[in-house]
Amino acid sequence: MSGYFKELVDGTNSLVAGLRVTIKYLFKPVVTMQYPHVSVRMTPRFRGHIDLVADDNGESLCIVCGMCQKACPSDCITVAGEKPEGAKKKMLTEYRLDFTKCSLCGLCVESCKPGAITFSKDFNLAGLTKEEFIFDLKQRLEERKR
Amino acid sequence: MNPEVLRLIGYVVAIIAFVALNAAMLVWMERKVAGHIQLRIGPKEVGPFGLLQSFADGIKLMTKQLIVPEGADVPLFKIAPMLVMIPAVMCFVTIPFSETLAARNINVGLLLIFAIASVNILALLLGGWASNNKYAVISAARAVSQNVAYEIPMLITAITVVMFTGTMNLNEIVMQQGGGFWNWNIMPLTKNFGMLLVMPVSFVIFFICSMAETNRAPFDLGEAESELVAGFHTEYSGMGFGLFFLGEYANVFIGCSLATILFLGGWQCPFGLFPGIHWFLLKVYFLIFVVMWVRWTYPRTTIYGLLNLSWKFLIPISLFNLVLTGALIKVFSR
Repeated sequence: MSGYFKELVDGTNSLVAGLRVTIKYLFKPVVTMQYPHVSVRMTPRFRGHIDLVADDNGESLCIVCGMCQKACPSDCITVAGEKPEGAKKKMLTEYRLDFTKCSLCGLCVESCKPGAITFSKDFNLAGLTKEEFIFDLKQRLEERKR
Repeated sequence: MNPEVLRLIGYVVAIIAFVALNAAMLVWMERKVAGHIQLRIGPKEVGPFGLLQSFADGIKLMTKQLIVPEGADVPLFKIAPMLVMIPAVMCFVTIPFSETLAARNINVGLLLIFAIASVNILALLLGGWASNNKYAVISAARAVSQNVAYEIPMLITAITVVMFTGTMNLNEIVMQQGGGFWNWNIMPLTKNFGMLLVMPVSFVIFFICSMAETNRAPFDLGEAESELVAGFHTEYSGMGFGLFFLGEYANVFIGCSLATILFLGGWQCPFGLFPGIHWFLLKVYFLIFVVMWVRWTYPRTTIYGLLNLSWKFLIPISLFNLVLTGALIKVFSR
C-alpha cells in the first residue's frame, strides 16, 4: 500500500518537474536563424574554398613557388607567374582553382610558405554550369581591392 | 418567419463558424507553442506571425482528392468523418458562453454533453474499421479501450460537482459560482469549507480525463504515428482527414470549456466584476494552453501505462472522492 502512494507522489513530482522545464524553454529566446533573411556568420575554422591573402597594399603575397599546385592531390590548382624586367621576384599572373574537384583537404594552405592562401568564408556557391566553379582567384583578389 | 427558427439558424451558423475558426486558430497556437518550447519560431510566413497558415492549409486540404481505399466499406468510410464533426458541433448547443449566450439552456445540459460526446468514439471506431487497414483497426480498438477506461472517472468527478451544485443545468452551475474566485467550485471557501479537500482533486482528474477523451498527447495512442502511421485516419485524405482534425480541436475546446464551467466559474469574473464571455474565453484558452503545454512536455504513454493510470489511480481516487463528497455535503452543508 505504501508503494502505491509512493508511485503516486513520485509520478506527480516528475510530471511537475517536466512541466517546469518546458515552461522555462517556452520563454527562452529562439535559436532558429532566419537564414535567407539574415546572413550567417561562419565560424573561424570554417573551410570554404581557398582564397588569396592580400598584403597591406591589396597585392597578393604569392611568390609563385608552385608548392600548392604540387601539394594538391586532386590537381585543382593552376598557378602561373612571370618575372617582369627589373623586378626582384616573380609576379602572379594566374591563379585558378577548379572547385569541382577540390575536397577542401587544406594541403595547399599548409604547404604555402608565405601564407598567401587561406580558406574563404563563402558558402553561397550554387551555380548552374560547371564553368562557374572554376574560380579565378586573382580576379577575386582584384575585385576585393576595389 | 418565426423568430425562433431564425434564432436557431443564427446559432447553427455561428457555432459552425466558431468551430472552424477556433480549430484554425488552435492549430496555429499549437504550432507556435510547440515551436517556442523547442526554441523554434513556428509558422511565420503566411500572414502576420503566420496567423493565416491554417487557412492556407485548409485550402490545400479542400482541393485534394478524396481517395477511398480498395476493399473499404464505402458508406461507413464516408460517414465516419461527418460523425466526428456532428457531435462536436452539437455539444456546443448547451455550453453557456455567457449569461445570455447559449443556444439552448437545457436543464440536463451536462448529461446531454456527455451523451453526445460519447458518439465521437463510435465515429473513430467506424473510421478505423471501414478503412480496411490493419493500423487503422488497431488504433480504433485502442481508442475505444482508452475511452471506456477514462469515461468512468470523468463521469464520477462530474457527479461530485452535480452533487455539490444540485443541478445539471450548466448555466445554473455557473450562476452559483458568481461573486469571486472564492466561490468557484474548485475552491468553494464560502459555501462548504470541507469541499476544499475534494474539488481540486476532482478538477485534476477531470482535466486529465478530458485530455484522454480527446485522444490528445500524451494519451494519443490512437494516433501513435511511430507505430500506427496515423491511426484511425491513416486512409483518409483531403478534407476527410481535415474533419477528423477539426473534430479533435472542437473536442479539446469542449473539454476545456466543461472544466471551466464545472470548476472555474464559467463566465464569472474572479473578482466579481464585469462577468461575461471574455472571462469564459480567457479561462478556456488558458486551459487549452495547458493542454498544449502538456502535449509538448510528455512522451506518449504505453497502452499499459495508460490503462494502469485509469484503473489503478483515477478510478479509485475519484470513487473515494465521490464518497467523501457525500459525507462532506451531509456534514457541512447549510
